[in-house]
Amino acid sequence: MLLEVKDLVIEYTTQSGTVHAVDGVSFNLDEGEALGLAGESGCGKTTTALALMRLLPYNGRIVSGSILFRGRDLVKVSDTRIRKIRWKDISIIFQGAMNSLNPVRNIGQQIAEPIVLHEAVEEQEAMRRVGELLELVGINRERMRDYPHEFSGGMRQRVMIAMALACNPKLVIADEPVTALDVMIQAQILELLERLRKELHLSMILISHDLSVMAETCEKVAIMYGGKMMEIGTTVDVFTDAKHPYTQGLVAAFPDIRGPRTMPASIPGDVPSLINPPTGCVFHPRCKFAFDRCTTAEPALAEVTPGRQAACFLYPEVPEVVLRTETVAAR
Amino acid sequence: MGATEVVVRPRVVSPFQASLRVALRRMQVVWVGIRHSRTAMVGLAILVLFIGMAVFAPWLAPYGPIDRVADTSNCVPNISCPLSPPSAQHPLGISEEGSDIYSQVIWGSQISLIVGIFSAMVASVLGTAVGLVSGYMGGWVDEVMMRFNDVVLSVPWLVLMIIVAARIGTIDLLGLILVIGLTGWSITARVIRAQVLSVKERLFVERARMIGSSRSHILLRHIFPNAFPLIFANTILTVAVSILSEAVLAFLGLSIYNTVSWGKVINQAIGGGALVIGGNVWWVIVPGLCLVFLVFGFYLFGFALDEILNPRLRRR
Repeated sequence: MLLEVKDLVIEYTTQSGTVHAVDGVSFNLDEGEALGLAGESGCGKTTTALALMRLLPYNGRIVSGSILFRGRDLVKVSDTRIRKIRWKDISIIFQGAMNSLNPVRNIGQQIAEPIVLHEAVEEQEAMRRVGELLELVGINRERMRDYPHEFSGGMRQRVMIAMALACNPKLVIADEPVTALDVMIQAQILELLERLRKELHLSMILISHDLSVMAETCEKVAIMYGGKMMEIGTTVDVFTDAKHPYTQGLVAAFPDIRGPRTMPASIPGDVPSLINPPTGCVFHPRCKFAFDRCTTAEPALAEVTPGRQAACFLYPEVPEVVLRTETVAAR
Repeated sequence: MGATEVVVRPRVVSPFQASLRVALRRMQVVWVGIRHSRTAMVGLAILVLFIGMAVFAPWLAPYGPIDRVADTSNCVPNISCPLSPPSAQHPLGISEEGSDIYSQVIWGSQISLIVGIFSAMVASVLGTAVGLVSGYMGGWVDEVMMRFNDVVLSVPWLVLMIIVAARIGTIDLLGLILVIGLTGWSITARVIRAQVLSVKERLFVERARMIGSSRSHILLRHIFPNAFPLIFANTILTVAVSILSEAVLAFLGLSIYNTVSWGKVINQAIGGGALVIGGNVWWVIVPGLCLVFLVFGFYLFGFALDEILNPRLRRR
């Protein structure tokens, strides 16, 4: 097991109150595996990803839980240690490649930055590596002296991918890697990620709100809602036979290209406020199957069929969440 | 001929050579940009003219900067006496103290350029350092630095200078450079700080932080280069302002005693009645025009260079 996230609780302190951005999220990731993290905007996907690298904004903090990466708890390691783990073990492909590159430095220098920072190598050696990385992502190595404005959006995303791979990480987090790219380029970038993952034997966490992107690249998907994990399973299983009502709604919201031309179904209601989350199951106000128990008790994530976990009382084997608030209070 | 073995030897290049080559190539690019910009070429021509004047002053000027060419006891009126108007021998006439004004104007370019450039450097380095640190660190560091900056800004330095000038009257070159440099950094600091505040919120700074770059690395490698075009333009601007400051100080009487500058020439011209009816107006006009053109040259060249150096402004 490469990564084991257990009961992760993350809060943001804001002027309007404490935001329970991530509340008791658990998932596992094997070596070489790709996990899709899906959900609506503001459901805690990016927060979870940033927490894996301990890169939360200044007002965010990990309240409890553990992130075991190759047996070491990233929540507890020192700042110097985590700085070494960042990029060398876990790296991230940033959301918004357009603005993540410094306009006045050439891309070679920028890709070399993590290499020079994390490995004691000569600049020449670093530049040789940059050349290799560029060819790996399908850019001519001659272009390392070019500036970001001389690249197209798709090319810049490739540069960001090269940057993420600079220190041969074990795990790459791709945070909305293809958002804001046109469909043709999306396909190219996803193909590239897929090829790199196979070639370099990478593990990947792909964050997206686009289920079709997940379907193409990930073996496993985890569906998040309101800071909680709703369902985890293999991609095929989850998309063909969703267990959780939220997942069902999410899948139904995507039009079927082969089906009749109908308006895709939407889930009525709004995303809950994470400052004052609803009692019981966070999804119950929007759930058409909700019953009494859903409003008072919170379902825990539990295995409902082999290899599939869901957090919903529709399945009698799902237990209630107990005592988490008290353990938090005791800390 | 024949099947001789071809040995491809990898070219061994030291990092120093490599970076030197990069720097040279970049210089070439900048030079091509200058060649294609009329503004830059005109500015450069003016600057070359004045720098040439300053460098070759010992050969160009017929007399030394404070040589007395007129002998009051034995001189030809209106030709070689003090306060003579322009003549063939003395193209701009003779000053009250008996010096050749033409020579003084040529020698004056040295002081204007040296003081202008070096005090601008002092001001820019100081202002940039304060602006970068203050803008990037924020918090109490920013607060303390900016309040100190306010104090410096609020000192009416011209009034201060008049008092100083009235008290001491002369100053040496280093003193003059420091006086102008140390009073001229606060606006630069403000401008740079504003730029840093905007640049540091950009995503690539966040990215660099995530990669694990240190604060100094982010400041020097990401923020500084983004602010550089502004710093550069500001420095050129400051050179122009410093040249004028020197002229103002000299005009008010605070100048280096054993040499002349354009401001000092103008000061003496006013004292010598150049602006009185029948006075030698060229005594004022020529050094005045020199000042105007030198400052103009710096502005032209500075702004054109800013356009060339800034990749975002570069025409494709």
